[in-house]
Amino acid sequence: MLDRAMQIGTAVEACCMLALICAAPVAYADVKPDPLSSPVWQDLAQKILGAGDIVFDDRVKVIIPPIVENQAQVPVTADARLVPNVTKLVIITDLNPIQHVMTLTPVAGKSEPYISLRLKVEQATPVRAAAQTTDGVWHVGGVFLEAAGGGCSSPAMARDDADWSKTLGDSQGRIWREANGTARLRLRVRHPMDTGLAKDNTPAFYIEQLTLKNGAGEDVGKLELFEPVAEDPTLTMLIKHTLSSGDITVLGRDNNGTMLRSTIASPWKQSLTPSISPKVRNRS
Amino acid sequence: METKLDPVNFTKSSKSLVINMFSQLTRRQLAVALSSTIAAPLLPAFVAEAAPLSYTLKPQEIADGVWVIEGAQEAITFENGGAIANIVIMDSTDGAIVIDTGPSRRFGEALAALAQSLTSKPITRVYITHFHPDHAFGNQGFDAKIIAAPEGVITGLKEMGNTFSDAMYYIARDWMRGTEIVLPTISIAKSGVEDIGGRRLRLLPLSGHTTSDLAIFDETSGTLVTGDLAFLDRAPTTPHADFGIWRQSLSKLNDVSARTTVPGHGPVEASQRAVSQTKNWLDDVERIISENFEQGLDITEAMNTPLPENLTRLTLARYEFSRTVMHLYPKLEASRLPRVGGRAVD
Repeated sequence: MLDRAMQIGTAVEACCMLALICAAPVAYADVKPDPLSSPVWQDLAQKILGAGDIVFDDRVKVIIPPIVENQAQVPVTADARLVPNVTKLVIITDLNPIQHVMTLTPVAGKSEPYISLRLKVEQATPVRAAAQTTDGVWHVGGVFLEAAGGGCSSPAMARDDADWSKTLGDSQGRIWREANGTARLRLRVRHPMDTGLAKDNTPAFYIEQLTLKNGAGEDVGKLELFEPVAEDPTLTMLIKHTLSSGDITVLGRDNNGTMLRSTIASPWKQSLTPSISPKVRNRS
Repeated sequence: METKLDPVNFTKSSKSLVINMFSQLTRRQLAVALSSTIAAPLLPAFVAEAAPLSYTLKPQEIADGVWVIEGAQEAITFENGGAIANIVIMDSTDGAIVIDTGPSRRFGEALAALAQSLTSKPITRVYITHFHPDHAFGNQGFDAKIIAAPEGVITGLKEMGNTFSDAMYYIARDWMRGTEIVLPTISIAKSGVEDIGGRRLRLLPLSGHTTSDLAIFDETSGTLVTGDLAFLDRAPTTPHADFGIWRQSLSKLNDVSARTTVPGHGPVEASQRAVSQTKNWLDDVERIISENFEQGLDITEAMNTPLPENLTRLTLARYEFSRTVMHLYPKLEASRLPRVGGRAVD
């Protein structure tokens, strides 16, 4: 029956194409076709990414699950490690009411243009990662995420818990050393991450910023988060970390001025974890 | 008329009931014919969608007066209309007994017609094994007064029915037309034998696959209907699972001396293989996901790690493994990641 739908789709497409050709050729030649055919991409790219040429680049990977069951917690990985000299990594969900999910600013030599997190989706949407390189060019990769939606307009789970504020900001985390000299940092912060769009009229309340610093006080990486990041943000980042780098301190702030601080020890007691290659691995 | 046979090698004849006379071919031909008319480029898709869809139910008689309509061993898609669960019809002197009602109103109505046609009697009782939509969304085909389920199934449908409904309409689209949630009205409080028209049904209210699962052992024919407490050759689903409780329920099912087992999904077999295979899957998957977590992997990474052959052998292994990663990971993160800080006080 999918065949049937596709046949009909193709037939309709063919009709529309034919209609276009008959009408008059339109001067769209200078616009790069969006591989995900999003109706808003052109405007959105300008709004979020600003100046800088845009190229669609398969080396920028977005990894999503095969099915979305929880529209308020969709796991997404953005990985631009195959592109050299990345200075910024942005996640964009075209058809969400709030499209800008997050910007990661890796520090050269100290962190990788890589992040795993969970986000909310209000409907099926393209999910993109845009990696800006030192020459100003944005390298954009993405996938289309199928979802029933409703994740941005559903109240946070914390809103069912009268004591939610007692655990606000509570942070958990751990660092793993990988065989290739990088380290893997996982962090979970309790926060409702209210979008301001939920049916219960709770105003937007979300963590805006997280900064990672090493033992010497140097910046390792910076994250700007926005409303679509899922409740209780749970992140994975890859950092360059040696025995002498010391513990990692994470400083954060939400849009109500709550300051967050956590220190993740790097005792290196555990054995090396084989590093996860940025290449798409074959599924068994 | 194709009937899938399994090692039990059923010799009974199978019947097929095509409820609706609109063939797909007619619609396709119509669509192609219309779409070649440039004058109305948007009309063809509209016309094609307007034609009604219909389920073809193929009952296999697995014991005297016991039929199974085997679900597709697939995830819920538009193509299969959500008809992926195994459905059971039993004959009795009081009338037909139906276990689970399928994914939609349309399916429920076709199922009710089939049950009456197979038994030449009205339907006297419907059991719902758990609150998942592929098992309980055909309730509209039946009188709510004869639908029975444990209280947890009724509560689950009440609380989660609308969320399931959103997802079902999104995926199965027009197959779902007119489908609404109908709650069972007969609450099954405890295990025990119920005699319906000479058929002795041992009701086993358990849990683990969800918060409330009903298994039914038909003592008359020796048929164990497990609901989704057991899967066979198709990977188990875990969105509302409690692995520990599920294992306890499986050991109880293992103690039932069944001649034939009807799993919630997968082929009917004259063995308890569905029960043992489901237990092995739960053990292995839980261990692998825990190991992935301890290596620092995030969800999208963990769902792509290699799986052993005894797991990948099952249909939809990777798909269900990925779902289970999503189900188990948040609990592991909340309970196992060390506390590192909180609100800064200054």
